[in-house]
Amino acid sequence: MNTAGIAFSVLQGLAYVLLAPLLLGWVGKVKATLQNRRGAGVLQPARNVYKLLGKETRVAHTASPLFRITPYVVFVATLLAAAIVPLLATNLPSAAVADIIVVAGLLGLARFFLALAGMDVGTAFGGMGASREMMVSSFAEPALLMAVFTLAWSAHSTNLAGIIDHQLSDARLLPSMLFALASLVLVAVAETGRIPVDNPSTHLELTMIHEAMILEYSGRHLALLEWAAQIRLMLYGALIANIFFPWGIATRPSLLALAMGMAAIVGKLLILGAGLALSETVAAKMRFFKTPIFLSLAFLLALIGLLSHVILESGG
Amino acid sequence: MSAKQDLGTQLHQVGINTRSYSGVANLPALIISAADWGPAAAVAKAQDWRWAGSWADTDAGRMHLYALLAQGGEYLLLTAQAPLERPEFTSHTPHYPAADRLERHARDLFGVIYSDHPDGRRWTRHQAWPQDWHPLHPAAEVRTQGRTAADSSYPFITLRGDGVFEIPVGPVHAGIIEPGHFRFHAAGETVLRLEERLGYTHKGIEALAVGRNPAGLLHLAARVSGDSAVTHAWAASQAMERAVGATVPPRALALRGLLAERERVANHIGDIGAICNDVGFAFAQVQTSRLRERWQRRNREIFGHRLLMDSVVPGGVAHDLNTTQITTLRADHATLRQAVEPLFDIFDDHPSLEDRLVTTGHLSAEDAGALGCTGYVGKASGQALDLRHDAPYAPYHELLINVPVQSEGDVAARVRVRMAEVHMSLDLMDHLLRTLPVGDIHAPLPNPPAAACGLGLIEGWRGETLAFVRFDASGCIARYFPRDASWFIWPALERLIHGNIVADFPVCNKSVNGSYAGVDL
Repeated sequence: MNTAGIAFSVLQGLAYVLLAPLLLGWVGKVKATLQNRRGAGVLQPARNVYKLLGKETRVAHTASPLFRITPYVVFVATLLAAAIVPLLATNLPSAAVADIIVVAGLLGLARFFLALAGMDVGTAFGGMGASREMMVSSFAEPALLMAVFTLAWSAHSTNLAGIIDHQLSDARLLPSMLFALASLVLVAVAETGRIPVDNPSTHLELTMIHEAMILEYSGRHLALLEWAAQIRLMLYGALIANIFFPWGIATRPSLLALAMGMAAIVGKLLILGAGLALSETVAAKMRFFKTPIFLSLAFLLALIGLLSHVILESGG
Repeated sequence: MSAKQDLGTQLHQVGINTRSYSGVANLPALIISAADWGPAAAVAKAQDWRWAGSWADTDAGRMHLYALLAQGGEYLLLTAQAPLERPEFTSHTPHYPAADRLERHARDLFGVIYSDHPDGRRWTRHQAWPQDWHPLHPAAEVRTQGRTAADSSYPFITLRGDGVFEIPVGPVHAGIIEPGHFRFHAAGETVLRLEERLGYTHKGIEALAVGRNPAGLLHLAARVSGDSAVTHAWAASQAMERAVGATVPPRALALRGLLAERERVANHIGDIGAICNDVGFAFAQVQTSRLRERWQRRNREIFGHRLLMDSVVPGGVAHDLNTTQITTLRADHATLRQAVEPLFDIFDDHPSLEDRLVTTGHLSAEDAGALGCTGYVGKASGQALDLRHDAPYAPYHELLINVPVQSEGDVAARVRVRMAEVHMSLDLMDHLLRTLPVGDIHAPLPNPPAAACGLGLIEGWRGETLAFVRFDASGCIARYFPRDASWFIWPALERLIHGNIVADFPVCNKSVNGSYAGVDL
């Protein structure tokens, strides 16, 4: 826990920032292939962010300063949250300072600002997107925390590195883990605005959730918001990959272990991304009012996970 | 007793005098007085006549108003006149809600005065020209147009209440679609009211048609609405041919049928995919876009245009088919049939699609009937109306047409009707190619008698489409009015969205797919 540790923490943060667009590009590429299309290259989301950074940034005249600071708040909060989720190694200083409740809190902060900014310019779409986003998150967050508590109870820690270490040392297929995994996958789909909850590629302003809130943004503001959304997708991917399938993650901060950790997480994210693309190809977006049912299922699964831990596992 | 005598008798019983009129070729018509215009609609409504359109015309110093009524396969034209200086009529709108916008269109463009029209707001006129200037009225001075002012302060009908808010959408949309403004009133996510504001693509089609020769008119008609190029061109052509009493060679008629069915197949396939895409099922759109693209490339290769524009010419068609081309087309039909079979199976019974499309955007049979919806919108809501079956024109009079009717009236039913129509069109095209008569593909149009009028009626892919044509003394077009099926689709959309959630509007809109250009003219 020293300069090397701090250097590796920074490296991990950078990995999130740089790899997140590639993950989204990969999902898009697999989706295109599954639809018999050639599709854009995996670099396309990165190119879009780069392009937007070079474009003029226009702001509506009705916008308050809140509208201008939101992209930065959202980007920084999402990046901080990502830094807490172990990507390459477990015992890094960035993971030690905060636990998963803080991750949920930081993501909640980003969402709060995004919703405020959506309402700030006073267009009907921004307000509609904000109201929908808040509805989705009010169902998703309890499910997320319930799934987290199930894990924390087993590991006796809410610290993510602690949970992963526990998983590595005591790798058993526990029913509570399966329920928590299923719950977390549903929450991740909703929180990252993917089909069947939201459609990230839609051009129909009336059906949007996330896109409706950022409809008035342009230039570097839009680039930061899109980048933050990509990081959030990768954050959830890393969370699922490293908590439930922790094998390969570096437990010592050495270069070799880190390289192994990198290879492992890339492989895991490729598989998760392909799975997401497949599920988005075979399913249509659901009716907006079915979202609570979808997320109630996530909550119920997490609750069953918690109960099965109490009943089946904690006795021994 | 014919339908005309029947309605005539009924009108006499309520004290409305009628005279027979034979000014429009081959069409039974009744003349009534301008004051009786509205009351006659009340009688027709009581007799269950379907209202199929209305338009104005000026001739010999008089304002003429026409309205087409239909019952079964029979059509009857009502007409009335008033002096140009004060063209005052009673309105059909109180009896036929679908008349609302067509009458407001005639009011904006011709200055027709409807004394009891319930809606005094402008429709086609945005703020580009003053309220008291009517571009198609003979007394209107020619204006040189500067920069057109943006339309603003249109008095939308507002709802008030706790938690009720307005959502203005368009005319510029986030996707690449035609411009139109939609004003929603919603409480939470539920739509309480939708009001449309169209007219953003007004091009002055009716004025552009004046003075053209027949070929020039068809060139224009094919461009009334790009997705209905064959439909409008055929309707205009049929109107002219009826007006002058021309006979079109059987081979040309069969080829026109083939072209119309090709247009129908292309649009239905494209729309089915687009409907699925609007609920986030992109796979469907990718597949149908591919099929549609191949279909349109074949159009270009054989008929010279991807959307089949200018393939219908006065007295016939522009392109003949040789035996190789016939073989190619029939092979295409077989390929398409094979390709859509598994796709339609998926669309028909994919649980997550079903979840979105079933019960969404329900149009009741009563509403569809009251608005006179034809085509897939009507057929999905229990209206078994299809010109090709009810009043078959060549070449359909020799073909077997099974009208696919559904009673559910939701988005899923409209998709099913379209799938059935794709299958039927493929069968019809095969039959047309198998039995293609030999002979010429066009015959010269005889010189039109002065003031000859004709009405063309074609079952386009959107439904019944009509075209009214009047020639002047020199054989050029004096009046052209195309009535697209969309005039009745747009009001249906306002009704079927009621009670749905805002997020389902795009899929509802796509499932009826009214043409903006077709009604903005």
